[in-house]
Amino acid sequence: MELAPYLILGSIEGLVTAAVLALMAVGLSLVFGVMRVVNVAHGEFFMLGAVLAWFVADMIGGHPAISFIAALFIAPMLVGSLAIVADTTILKRINYDPERTIVATIGLLYIIQQVTLMTYGSNARPVEPPFNQRISIPWFEWTESGLSMYWPWGLGTTTYKLAVIGFAIILLLAIWLLMTRTRIGLIMRATQLDRDVAQAYGINVDRVYAMVFGLGAGLAALAAVLIVPIQQAHYLMGHDPLLLSFIVVIIGGLGSLAGTVVAAVLIGLSDGLISVFFTPTLAKIIATLIVTFVLIFRPSGLLGKHRP
Amino acid sequence: MSVSETNATRPAAKPLTNVKKSLYFHVGLIGVLFLLQFILPAYHHGNLARIMVLASYAMGYNILFGYTGLLSLGHAMFFAAGMYGMGLPMAHLGWTPEPALVAGFVAGIVVSASIGFLALRTSGVSFMIVTLMFAQAGFLTILYFGEWTRGDEGFVIQQAERVMAGFDLSQPANRYNAALILFSLCLIFTLKLVHSRFGRVMIAIRENEERTQMLGYDVHFHKWMAVIMSGTMAALAGAAYALLFGYAGATFASVQYSIFPLLWVLLGGAGTALGPFIGTLFMFYLIDLSSSFTTAYMLIAGLALVLLTLFLPQGLVGELRRRVMPWLT
Repeated sequence: MELAPYLILGSIEGLVTAAVLALMAVGLSLVFGVMRVVNVAHGEFFMLGAVLAWFVADMIGGHPAISFIAALFIAPMLVGSLAIVADTTILKRINYDPERTIVATIGLLYIIQQVTLMTYGSNARPVEPPFNQRISIPWFEWTESGLSMYWPWGLGTTTYKLAVIGFAIILLLAIWLLMTRTRIGLIMRATQLDRDVAQAYGINVDRVYAMVFGLGAGLAALAAVLIVPIQQAHYLMGHDPLLLSFIVVIIGGLGSLAGTVVAAVLIGLSDGLISVFFTPTLAKIIATLIVTFVLIFRPSGLLGKHRP
Repeated sequence: MSVSETNATRPAAKPLTNVKKSLYFHVGLIGVLFLLQFILPAYHHGNLARIMVLASYAMGYNILFGYTGLLSLGHAMFFAAGMYGMGLPMAHLGWTPEPALVAGFVAGIVVSASIGFLALRTSGVSFMIVTLMFAQAGFLTILYFGEWTRGDEGFVIQQAERVMAGFDLSQPANRYNAALILFSLCLIFTLKLVHSRFGRVMIAIRENEERTQMLGYDVHFHKWMAVIMSGTMAALAGAAYALLFGYAGATFASVQYSIFPLLWVLLGGAGTALGPFIGTLFMFYLIDLSSSFTTAYMLIAGLALVLLTLFLPQGLVGELRRRVMPWLT
């Protein structure tokens, strides 16, 4: 068989990765942009979303679609609330000092991860997708009798994967509208531009910070609920997405939402395509080094503006 | 003694006595550690040897984080550079421990000098992420060359190969004293460094980088040297760990081993010579105790990190210095 069908398959898988990654990285980027802190526990909020989705699906039972939709609402809400509690009890008290925040969120990472290990256990558990029809992708080929169409073996995807891509696009548009067209978005952008001036104009900065931190964590959890029918929920699953979303946020320019989405598509697609050719470990080494050098030689990222 | 005589000697004598006090205190600690080997039961004897090697790693970390104010999240890379720089020639080229130890030392200098050169182009949060990323690339590289490094599984350095200058380092007594020698060298090096002109510039950079630059010091060079000293000390500890405990594995290059020295130093007190040791000792036994009743022992580490940043940002020794012993360095 030719190479092209593999590339198509790689791109679809890559787009699914990109969709989930974009949601998660936008959450991280939002927190960094508005609050100027790096949340190392972001990957654990992602993991918690997946694990809670399993709990919800397990408790409600019934048709997969009902329990999945329930999980889609409940898991991000719970994770967001937990993040708000973490923000008010820990981050606010250390005054969002950048270095101490990193140390504290590393601590939070281990707390969430290990509590999950103690309660949920070390097994990987699946969640049933709400719908999952297979779609075969046709392929065209020139033969002696002209153009003919056939279905290469293994070239196919599922409706659920396509739905994940579509749903992520809708959500990203919603976030963009929230940030640019609503009063809440305006307040968040004002806080991002100048915290002190925003406060002087009567904005409750503490509440904005708590909300942004909760929203960021909720987005990570939402991304996890979407991916959990494809992957499985496991207590260590937050590690790789965390590094990937760091990569995405850095390449896109720290704090720039549009850049983050572009970078997520770029990284997701190239991840899907590179793994067609290279071993995953080598692909990861290359990606990590590229990002490091971007950060060293272009500290504001590819689409970022001047450093604040 | 007359009043005028005390007044005359006071201005010159006071800083000197503080330095001496601190020096005597730490030499006394080394003496206590030497004597402890005769009374400790076998289990704690082995633990303390391990703690002293890990504390040397933490002291290396402390040079950069505690005294120069640069927070690295990638020190496992330096630890592993020493470990593999020593272990690989021993396992594949049949080197004896003496040249292999030198190889580990050189690997530490080379890796820290090149990583430091690149990473120091950034600062603050970017510096943390860049070091984290480099360490991750290093970890993945070790996994990628699994044919030689044996990846996660690691490789064992046989007992027969661990004989250095006639001492079998797998014997508990030899191992303990070798660890003590390494620990003492690192501790004395730290004390000497902190009291030297160079060390004072490092501390000045930690306190106010712009002002230090304005006073005419080459800030970038001092930071670079701090990374090299810190990384090389970490590498030396890594090489010693492989030699004394006969094992090298990719776990020691993982993110977790970059977090550990940060945790130890924070717990004991950043910017104190003794802090890394106290932090390592405390954390080691905390995890040792908790792992006897739960597998989720990293929970303790997580809780410790959060509580420390909230309530004890100075660390244990830092708090001690603030309250009781202001002369401690």
